[in-house]
Amino acid sequence: MRELVKFIAMSLVDDPDQVEVTEIPGDHMIIIELRVAPEDMGKVIGKQGRIAKAIRTVVKAAAVKEKKKVTVEIV
Amino acid sequence: MIVIEKCGKTEHEAIESALKELGATRDEVEIEILEESSRGLFGIIGGKQARVKVTKKYNYGEEAKSFISKIFDKMNVQVEIEVEEDSDKIRIDLKGDNMGLLIGHRGETLDSLQYLTSLVINKGKENYKRVLLDTENYRQKRERALEKLAKRLAQKVKRTGRRVVLEPMNPYERRILHFTLQDDPHVITYSEGEEPYRKVVIALK
Repeated sequence: MRELVKFIAMSLVDDPDQVEVTEIPGDHMIIIELRVAPEDMGKVIGKQGRIAKAIRTVVKAAAVKEKKKVTVEIV
Repeated sequence: MIVIEKCGKTEHEAIESALKELGATRDEVEIEILEESSRGLFGIIGGKQARVKVTKKYNYGEEAKSFISKIFDKMNVQVEIEVEEDSDKIRIDLKGDNMGLLIGHRGETLDSLQYLTSLVINKGKENYKRVLLDTENYRQKRERALEKLAKRLAQKVKRTGRRVVLEPMNPYERRILHFTLQDDPHVITYSEGEEPYRKVVIALK
């Protein structure tokens, strides 16, 4: 899951070296934290959060397949 | 875009070695001859090597396929990806066992993948190419379903005289509803609300 978020984020931003993804396992839910360069925030959030929503939707599909609950937070 | 320069005994040889290094075919590149080869005296003295500049053109379809296939690798799903490219758009068709998962609720996963692919392949490019992602003819089936829904709801509006507000839809789906009822003499359609919760309304004229 972490790899998936990382790959999508690195494909979208201008500065892929600054993409950092951490996975925090929990009892009910895995939290994935995504960090990018400040200049690249717009590239992973988008207008009205449209890009962030698309990333979350794709990750959710991957999580359903693994029977897990995942939330992606952009920090 | 990747550019490399190569030398060789002949132009042909230089081009071939450049193509090999780029992993490209002739129609995927632009070739510029920088220096022509010459045989020189008796083919030994003063011979000059050919020098060529080979530029690999950006290939939207290939980039799209590579992006999507990597996503599916990381999702652990086996999908066959077919890409068709023309001057302004790329059609991608997916085939596999788990397509329901990739379509998602009302196509939201398919739409998200389509949107992300479009962002990635058009990033920093002058020309914009539209990406159309489909599987198992989902787009057409959804279109037919929306047309039927529009006609059924129009009947209801005529019967009851009350307007009907549909659930939020994306611009593409709203367009299908407006289009289906545009020639109906008894009802009008319009959208209200803000994206991404914009809804189509069907009302009496």
